[in-house]
Amino acid sequence: MQLGPLQLTVRWEVRQKQPPLLSALTLLGALAMGFLWVGLVFFFLGVDPVFALRKIFVGSFGSVYGWKESLTKGIPLFLISSGLCVAYQAKFWNIGAESQLLMGAVCSTWFGLHVGASLSPIVGIPLMFFMGFLGGALWGVIPAILKVRFGVSEVISTLMLNYIAAEFVSYLIVGPWKGTTKYGYPYTDDLPKHLLLGTIPGSRIHYITLFLGIVISIALFILLYRTKFGYEVRVVGESPEAAKYAGIDFFRTSLLIMIISGGVAGMAGVGEVAGIHHHLSYPGNISAGYGFTAVITAWLGRLNPLGSLIAGFFFAGILVGGDAIQISLRLPAATVHIFNGILLFVLLVGNFFLNHRPLLQLHRR
Amino acid sequence: MVGLIISTLHRTIMAGTSLLLGTTGEILTERSGILNLGVEGMMNLGAVAGFMVTYRTGNLLWGVFAALLAGGAAAALHGFITVYVKANQTVSGLALSMLGVGLAGVLGKPFIGHQLPVRLEQIEIPLLGQIPVLGELLFHQDPLFYGGIVLAFASWFFLRYTRTGIRIRSVGENPRASESQGIPVEKFRFLCTVGGGAFAGLAGAHVVLSYSTSWTEGIVAGRGWIVVGLTIFSLWNPLRGMIGAFLFGGIFVTQYVLQPLGVPPNLLAMLPYGATLVVLLLDGLRKDQRSLHAPAALGEPYSR
Repeated sequence: MQLGPLQLTVRWEVRQKQPPLLSALTLLGALAMGFLWVGLVFFFLGVDPVFALRKIFVGSFGSVYGWKESLTKGIPLFLISSGLCVAYQAKFWNIGAESQLLMGAVCSTWFGLHVGASLSPIVGIPLMFFMGFLGGALWGVIPAILKVRFGVSEVISTLMLNYIAAEFVSYLIVGPWKGTTKYGYPYTDDLPKHLLLGTIPGSRIHYITLFLGIVISIALFILLYRTKFGYEVRVVGESPEAAKYAGIDFFRTSLLIMIISGGVAGMAGVGEVAGIHHHLSYPGNISAGYGFTAVITAWLGRLNPLGSLIAGFFFAGILVGGDAIQISLRLPAATVHIFNGILLFVLLVGNFFLNHRPLLQLHRR
Repeated sequence: MVGLIISTLHRTIMAGTSLLLGTTGEILTERSGILNLGVEGMMNLGAVAGFMVTYRTGNLLWGVFAALLAGGAAAALHGFITVYVKANQTVSGLALSMLGVGLAGVLGKPFIGHQLPVRLEQIEIPLLGQIPVLGELLFHQDPLFYGGIVLAFASWFFLRYTRTGIRIRSVGENPRASESQGIPVEKFRFLCTVGGGAFAGLAGAHVVLSYSTSWTEGIVAGRGWIVVGLTIFSLWNPLRGMIGAFLFGGIFVTQYVLQPLGVPPNLLAMLPYGATLVVLLLDGLRKDQRSLHAPAALGEPYSR
């Protein structure tokens, strides 16, 4: 930019340290910008932005019902995004949580229908969660092996595995697993009654999974910031080269990261099946895109499991509010994706300002 | 029986055309070192723009043009965020996919169930169209198919033999060295991203202007994600992309042909994604250093 005889140039210098206050401010700034953009987009789509935004937040956090629903939809987000924090801190870009959730749902459904029927709930329910963890973890380990042993980008492999798992679930429910009691609907039979997860009366909040989600988020926070393993995860993320010199086993660390990240997503799948739907059905029913929404909440929470807990609740609210404006403004279900996309973009831009300091220089031409 | 095979192959080519267009574009983008996972979003925006403009004007050319613009504009957002703001390309691409799918859903809502007054008709190429079987298959298609084939060959030639094409590839392999050779890395990457997005928009246009001419929500139906896989399947080569696009298009069509014979369509639908993984795996198994044909700097932000 020229100012008379002077020239103004802007250089962006990398910030070595990010002060917490600045971190919080950029987050707030990004959110404010995000809502501004969402409002603008709504305006150009012919939707009254103030009305729509108000509806969204009244729909989610404006009533007891809204709070209950937000908490219900928050459960899978708490679990998945805290796991993603671990993976992303190691710069392992797992975008396959959606399929890890589904494989958890598949394994626990199988267990519930075939083995769990004869078990008491005290044994059966924990085992069902364990099976879900196993399903998600095994599905999550595939990209880890592909990456470390064969150099396959995890972004692509997790993405492809998402679609493979979704088709697999569809295959199961219309084919071999189709329920005999479902009058031709593409569902499996319901899980035995005693394995269904209890809900807080008057709501759909399956409290066991909620409890697990919160406890696991705290546990993963401790794991990341208070243990040697967490330190190794961050070193791997900072520089795989440095990790090698520090004697960190890259293969082992990657496997563990994906066992955790995939496993907790699998547990979210158990919650959705045993807590909400009571059977396996179409992948789009089992997960309302939680695996992708959790990518945003993990980022919004600055890849800190506790932060992602708050972000998860906030985003669950947006999902619930999104349902509310679908009905009152007759908008399609995809509307909430606009929100998700824009908020993710502004978070990325916010990160730039957090990591870079503008240097303004005035000099004579 | 022969009739069924020919009609299946004909539909294969129709289904493969949008994949071909999208893949050619994504190859261009990724060759410059930018990974754009937003193909699904850009195709959705291209589709909705193409549909709306064609619906309002009754003019296919305007529709195609609008789709090009919409895809390019969406890609410019990704380009700006990843090239200039140097943000994570994976996350930005995901954001673009979400945004595109969302916007197309809202913009297309009033048009659900509406039929376009015109469509891209199949044009018979004189003489060549008379060849038995082959003529019916290859020279009896819509203009975007011919365009897609020409563009794929052109992109292959462009990337391989022209000065600009070679510079694009060098930017994707080693941006620092390219910069020192005086190539404006950021400009190259940004323009390749926008160009790739325009291709994706065109791919979306094919879906609504030729393949299906009435609007339904989610009309792109995951084709953009298949394109992301195809780009790898073709190992970043537009000619191999051509083969892959029609192979994957064939799988898409065969699902419906084989379903009455008792082959579960969902298992067939897994094949494109599985094949992409297998190609990556086989490539990883090769011992030589240059095995993976991925641009070396793909997905990595570059700053001076």
